[in-house]
Amino acid sequence: MTLDARIPSGPIEQAWDKARFDMKLVNPANKRKHNVIVVGSGLAGASAAASLGELGYRVQCFCFQDSPRRAHSIAAQGGINAAKNYPNDGESIFRLFYDTVKGGDFRAREANVYRLAQNSVRIIDQCVAQGVPFAREYGGSLTNRSFGGAQVSRTFYARGQTGQQLLLGAYQALERQVRAGTVTMTPRTEMLDLIVIDGRARGIVTRNLVTGKLDVHIADAVILATGGYGNVYYLSTNAKGSNTTAIWRAHKRGALFANPCFTQIHPTCIPVSGDYQSKLTLMSESLRNDGRIWVPKKKDDQRSPDQIPEDERDYYLERRYPSFGNLVPRDVASRNAKAVCDEGRGVGKSGLGVYLDFSEAIARVGEKTIRERYGNLFDMYQRITDEDPYKVPMRIYPAIHYTMGGLWVDYHLQSTIPGLFVLGEANFSDHGANRLGASALMQGLSDGYFVIPNTVGHYLATNSFAKADATHAEAQSALAGVRQTTEKLLSIRGKRTVDSFHRELGKITWDYCGMARTAQGLQTAIGKIRALREEYWQNVTVPGSGDDLNQSLEKAGRVADFFELAELMCIDARERNESCGGHFREEYQTEDGEAKRDDANYSYVAAWGYRGAGQAPELTKEPLEFHHVHPSQRSYK
Amino acid sequence: MKLTLKIWRQKNSSTPGAFVRYAVDNVDPEMSMLECLDVLNETIIERGEEPVAFEHDCREGICGSCGFMINGVAHGPERATTACQLSMRHFHDGQELTLEPWRARAFPLLKDLVVDRSALDHIIQAGGYISVSTGQAPEGNTIPVGKEIADRAMDAAACIGCGACVAACPNASAVLFTGAKIAHLGLLPQGQPERDRRALNMVAQMDAEAFGNCTSIGECTAACPKEIPLEVIAILNRHSLQANCKQREDLLPLIPPVAG
Repeated sequence: MTLDARIPSGPIEQAWDKARFDMKLVNPANKRKHNVIVVGSGLAGASAAASLGELGYRVQCFCFQDSPRRAHSIAAQGGINAAKNYPNDGESIFRLFYDTVKGGDFRAREANVYRLAQNSVRIIDQCVAQGVPFAREYGGSLTNRSFGGAQVSRTFYARGQTGQQLLLGAYQALERQVRAGTVTMTPRTEMLDLIVIDGRARGIVTRNLVTGKLDVHIADAVILATGGYGNVYYLSTNAKGSNTTAIWRAHKRGALFANPCFTQIHPTCIPVSGDYQSKLTLMSESLRNDGRIWVPKKKDDQRSPDQIPEDERDYYLERRYPSFGNLVPRDVASRNAKAVCDEGRGVGKSGLGVYLDFSEAIARVGEKTIRERYGNLFDMYQRITDEDPYKVPMRIYPAIHYTMGGLWVDYHLQSTIPGLFVLGEANFSDHGANRLGASALMQGLSDGYFVIPNTVGHYLATNSFAKADATHAEAQSALAGVRQTTEKLLSIRGKRTVDSFHRELGKITWDYCGMARTAQGLQTAIGKIRALREEYWQNVTVPGSGDDLNQSLEKAGRVADFFELAELMCIDARERNESCGGHFREEYQTEDGEAKRDDANYSYVAAWGYRGAGQAPELTKEPLEFHHVHPSQRSYK
Repeated sequence: MKLTLKIWRQKNSSTPGAFVRYAVDNVDPEMSMLECLDVLNETIIERGEEPVAFEHDCREGICGSCGFMINGVAHGPERATTACQLSMRHFHDGQELTLEPWRARAFPLLKDLVVDRSALDHIIQAGGYISVSTGQAPEGNTIPVGKEIADRAMDAAACIGCGACVAACPNASAVLFTGAKIAHLGLLPQGQPERDRRALNMVAQMDAEAFGNCTSIGECTAACPKEIPLEVIAILNRHSLQANCKQREDLLPLIPPVAG
């Protein structure tokens, strides 16, 4: 198989304009004759569904939560980047593009990233017009901050709840279209298979999570905006319901899965406190603007932090990276935290934690200012840990936060199955091997508001659609497959709960395919995952029936897919014999422990094809070409 | 520590429900309320029974999925805290906690602690937005918004739509929820063109759902995990009164409320 990314020729600055001009349009009167399915209602899904509804398409939008407003985009804290250059500090579209390609460690597609930087400007305009209450200066203009390793202030924010406010903007636009009758919203419904007819995506099979009813929905195009798969690790900053099922089932129907091993570990999360832990809580990275990260110089230092004098503290990021200091990118900050903890210098009961200390910032600007900047985060920290971060340093540790990998898409955001489009975190497209802070919100909204309304239109205008309905043989066979899997899960009646398997799978994935990976470890992990998956299908217990609200059954189906995905992640990580971004292979590092890329051999997107249960997946490579940002060793020294 | 959880169990809306007592022996004070339910559910599943159904997702207090009454208080005893962030250290060994779903006619029960809150979405559909389609926006800084106004709008916009206000209100009124959106959008310059219509339509939809009326008791704001101020109800009243005073059918075509 060869992959055609459909990147427009010519200067990158004009690529998106050119592509849009070359696209065929759907006559306004014909738009209502096309129906489009959108799965997921986060930033990408809600913005896509609303925008397509506004254009006049008939849209059916699905989410598994009880309301589209619950999608996990809501939990994003820090902000959204845009190349507005309001602070007059040297920002430009090219600089945002450059930083994103470099921050992604040269494993993203240049043309996509350039378009993202271009669209960033219009996203802010759109959100302001919707009434998103961004932070303001006294004079009434929009305010910016520097964020997550950027040397310009390009991040727009709404307190520590930027994701919430952007999502509510998109949700409100979506609900406006629901009222207008262009969008049908179906919450509490989970997609369990993709229907492919004559080689094209034509519908989905869903389960109503309240009644258990399985349904077939047919459309002219299917858009997946179902988020990332960080919950493969069990413990992550993702919402409990976040899962891989929609994209994984599409993968099994023929969509290639790109760079599955590219996962992001966020450096500032509250450390694990016990075995019952159900998820990890992120403390916004914006805290690193004012907090200083340190550990004791001595191993196993049991003194409380205020008893450790200044000269016995190791501000290791400031020491190792004098020019970026505490603001190094996420992958670098996370790896260094792991390194000092591995040396035995970690803090807290578990020894898996480092201090994030605000005492100097409080002395410099006063507690009031710090409270204004981070008040809600400090409150959240205190609620969870019972410690007052105004008085004692926070303890933080890295946790799985985001997955750069996802279904392979071309420049039109279309997967390898024609008619199947993938947006937001669910695709692999823009962040390479590491995502910069405040870029996820930007990508979700760029995809949904500004890319997909064009590219879906082109697809609909250039194809004809044979009549199909729920009685089609492909639809019926997909439906039967889903029914069979559901019945199988309910009939095993083994001894172990779904959660106990999920925890064990997560531990294996974290230990061998987490912050540091080795070829040998990955091989071990693959064996362990297979053995555990085998046990799962013999020994899991799912109480209740398939005919009503059954949360155990929902989880059981999702964990079954996580097993298969975890194996592919390990295969991908083992195949990539280099370190880049969040993918750190211990065998490939520089003398001072930094990630060592191998551009000669690995400057490509690894896109994996499914070849059936128990078969080795097939690798197809999309070579990456860099014409504008010359690949170099990232240095934040 | 050891706790007794007295939990409302109900298979579905057409089957009668009842309280069932469960002993939980291994409660760690560092756990959250939902993690305590996770631990209980693992033991229930291992016995081959159906676990307690409860709604939850982000577990960071922002998605608004979770929430139930804990000893008669929405989201439990801690101020400005959702059930998912409620730490068990606030309870003591041997205590009995009564957990029951939001009780409101507008929130039909689905199972155990899970209720249907789609009435809140209907209120937003009636006008909880600024009608600006993708692509129509002017340059962001051409709409100046004073910091004080932006901050007040943000205070109201912080609502997570969990429904605690409705559950806490003796009348099961949704006026704090509705007022929060009317205040958020109605305070901002972008929201002015639709201010009257928004207030009339959202209030009409709220009345069409099975919510009760506001009698200014204030339980809603006390229970609100995001501390939405009572001021938003005053703003709702002001905006809808002003709109009613100048209402002329040709100027303010209203959309009829959808059936609740």
